[in-house]
Amino acid sequence: MSGFVIGLGLLLLGAILIAIFRVTTLIGIAKGDGKKRVGSANGVNAFLFIVFLVGSFILLFWYSYTHFDSYNLPLASEHGVVTDRIFWITMGVTCVAFIITHVLLFVFPYVYRFKEEKEAFYFPHNNKLELTWTIVPAVVLSVLIFTGWRAWVDITAPAPEDSERIEIMGYQFAWAVRYGGGDGQLGKSDFRLIDVDNRMGIDFSDRKSYDDFIPLEIHIPKGKNIEFKIRATDVIHSVFAPHFRLQMNAVPGLPTSFWFTPTKTTAEMRSELENENFNYELVCNKICGKGHFAMRYLIIVDEPEAYQEWYKSQQAWLKLNPDYLSKVPADLREVAAISAKMDGSLN
Amino acid sequence: MSTTQIQVEAEVHHDDHHDHHQSFIRKYIFSEDHKTIAKQFLITGIFWALIGGAMSVLFRLQLGFPDMDLSILKPILGKWLTANGKIDSEFYLALVTMHGTIMVFFVLTAGLSGTFSNFLIPLQVGARDMASGFMNMLSYWFFFVSGVIMFVSIFIETGPASGGWTIYPPLSALPEAMSGSGLGMTLWLVSMVFFIVSTLLGGINYITTVINLRTEGMSFARLPLTIWAFLVTAILGLLSFPVLFSAALLLVFDRSFGTSFYLSDIYIAGEALPNIGGSPILFQHLFWFLGHPEVYIVLLPALGITSEIISTNSRKPIFGYKAMIGSILGIAFLSFIVWAHHMFITGMNPFLGSIFMFLTLIIAVPSAVKVFNYITTLWRGNIVFTPAMLFSIGLVSFFISGGLTGLFLGNSAIDINVHDTYFVVAHFHIVMGSASFFGMLAGVYHWFPKMFGRMLDEKLGYIHFWISFIGIYMVFFPLHYIGLAGFPRRYYSFTNFDAFGGFTDLNMMVSIAAIITFSAQFIFLFNFFYSMWRGRKAPANPWRSNTLEWTTPINPGHGNWPGEIPTVHRWPYDYSKPGAKEDFIPQNIPLSETPESNLPEEH
Repeated sequence: MSGFVIGLGLLLLGAILIAIFRVTTLIGIAKGDGKKRVGSANGVNAFLFIVFLVGSFILLFWYSYTHFDSYNLPLASEHGVVTDRIFWITMGVTCVAFIITHVLLFVFPYVYRFKEEKEAFYFPHNNKLELTWTIVPAVVLSVLIFTGWRAWVDITAPAPEDSERIEIMGYQFAWAVRYGGGDGQLGKSDFRLIDVDNRMGIDFSDRKSYDDFIPLEIHIPKGKNIEFKIRATDVIHSVFAPHFRLQMNAVPGLPTSFWFTPTKTTAEMRSELENENFNYELVCNKICGKGHFAMRYLIIVDEPEAYQEWYKSQQAWLKLNPDYLSKVPADLREVAAISAKMDGSLN
Repeated sequence: MSTTQIQVEAEVHHDDHHDHHQSFIRKYIFSEDHKTIAKQFLITGIFWALIGGAMSVLFRLQLGFPDMDLSILKPILGKWLTANGKIDSEFYLALVTMHGTIMVFFVLTAGLSGTFSNFLIPLQVGARDMASGFMNMLSYWFFFVSGVIMFVSIFIETGPASGGWTIYPPLSALPEAMSGSGLGMTLWLVSMVFFIVSTLLGGINYITTVINLRTEGMSFARLPLTIWAFLVTAILGLLSFPVLFSAALLLVFDRSFGTSFYLSDIYIAGEALPNIGGSPILFQHLFWFLGHPEVYIVLLPALGITSEIISTNSRKPIFGYKAMIGSILGIAFLSFIVWAHHMFITGMNPFLGSIFMFLTLIIAVPSAVKVFNYITTLWRGNIVFTPAMLFSIGLVSFFISGGLTGLFLGNSAIDINVHDTYFVVAHFHIVMGSASFFGMLAGVYHWFPKMFGRMLDEKLGYIHFWISFIGIYMVFFPLHYIGLAGFPRRYYSFTNFDAFGGFTDLNMMVSIAAIITFSAQFIFLFNFFYSMWRGRKAPANPWRSNTLEWTTPINPGHGNWPGEIPTVHRWPYDYSKPGAKEDFIPQNIPLSETPESNLPEEH
């Protein structure tokens, strides 16, 4: 019923608007508006550009200033300092260009609005001007390219040897994370070995895999180099951790990686933001299906000592899933049990 | 030139006895007249714009008012609404996918190029019709079939394609991954194949017509910038759409015939697939080899239209005509070698990232030149604000705002953090979506008198412009902030993350602005259809313009000019030439008739 009333109301409103439109058109014709080359609306439109310019600039700068904290994400990685700096340099350059061009674009229409007695200036080209505004942007852009390129090369360089290597695997619709365990090395994996429990497809014919552990959240030590080894098993996902200025797609069939150095522990960030509940989050940022918006994982940055403690307290996946010992080649089962710190004897 | 002559004579002859007894079907449906075909493209484009726009309102409702009960839409959405009246999260993805596909391909490619290339090329170069009227007709009807298939796909049980308009495999290749990747995706691919055929048929025609059918005196150096833009756009399409076709074809093979072009190492729905050795990145390369030129396929015609309108209504020659052509050509060339800036963080070799960053930022130079030339054209003009002029100035504003954010995204170091966030959404909706959309509207306002012999109502045009212009900025500008805060695009809701708890009020404001902007388009629709039949009768040259289309009768018949095609004697931008009697001299006026205004080199 309410739908019907709303519909009827809209219909009436439409009819009234059309009637008003008809009347004003007819009045216009009676007054002979069509005969004049340019009507009074010309000045109004010209003036509106100025109003728009002033109004939108005030709104823009007011919002950008007062809401700075809501859109400026706190930063917690070393390379992020560099990319943020380039971001703000680019912001400075573009703001200057934005303001100059927009002031001209909206002031000219007002200043040079139509006047019957005036004649426009026949000005088809001017090589000097054109050359200037080809070269100036080209030079400015070269500077931006150069700074961006240097940062990019550093960020994408191979991870330093001493990096902590952590494997992150995306699947619909969650993340799985694996650490190297006691030997610090990740064992092999194969998508054909995946099953309901062995979600990461760990290959138990590889000795390095016995002590690997799969925690429920990512812990990383502050100030150390971390390399995320990234893969996916079904569709493309993307490992995105905005506070670390870190993003890399997880692609089935194409292992990728991203290394960085966290600079603030979770606790430090909590006190800096005065938010007891703050957590670094890992986000999926490539459309991957129905649950794309819910692929959350926690990243916890610890002091290096706390990290070591946590690391040692983790139990090998094999220990938690002793059934998989049967997948280990018979001659290696003992080694596996020792390296996974499994209690009791082997049968 | 001899072919031109033959063509012209044949057409004149054919015109004489044909106009009277053309059947309704041949005149309005299977018409070979470029003007009718242009109108068919336009009306179809408007239809799709409404569907695409309505879809965006739906998902904006979800983003702005996540708790809203939409049960009132049950009759339309059916099972896509959850029990408590919310949009299903998979249908949300279907909506964004269809919105993107429809807007990019059906509205801004077919609706824009299809309308104005068809309408203006023969009229502005001085030709009776397109080089092949029959192919031109086929081009529209292939587009129509493509549209029907896409439309049908919206209503099937498993839903339309939902993997994003970029349809990245494996998501789009595996029906197990999402229900939209089943029949919906198949229909999407079939539809796109028809669409590509349509684009190619149209493009070949545009290129041939511009090269072969220019009237006497219409050298390339005298072509209006609209025609330059349409010509280059058609060349871009001709070179890039076949690549999309091949990408789609390989995807069809992967989907249906067990090949592994894009698939490798996949475990899904409880089993490991046999595919080995494919690369999802290959698809991205092929897709963006079309995808990036596509941005300019959408944008260049809008810029061409704007050049024409700004010059006409500033009563000044376009500043730097040759530089404008040069920048169109520069942009077109560069658009083919920047595609991988969409792929900086996809796992592509970082060295390629460096190269593509370099090439991408170069493309800003010709774009900047265009902007400066537009602004200089306004300088010391005598500006008449027709609705078309307002939309053109709006376009330049969007082109600047959206172009500048491109400097962030094109820089691979910055892109790491803003890739696939709302910052990107803001960027391309302003620079590609809104700018091209304004170009299309500007074109309709400017050439409506030539299309229908009547004028659009100006006051409604002004209202339409101001609501749209302010509305579009209110919709898309705030998205920059949301993107910088890290909000990922294509998210159904943000409640799962602590980091994305903010901006609920801003998102609400954006949604309201989107609804208002969408509603304002109905003012235009009313104006369009009302004026078509009941608008004021148009004079022969309402904007006092120089180009050839205004030398035709007010309602040009098949063949465009009843007598001989006019000869061209000058460039199209002789506005406010010193000494001239009027502030414009049409292209068909010989120099001998204007001794008072001829420049020294023209004597």
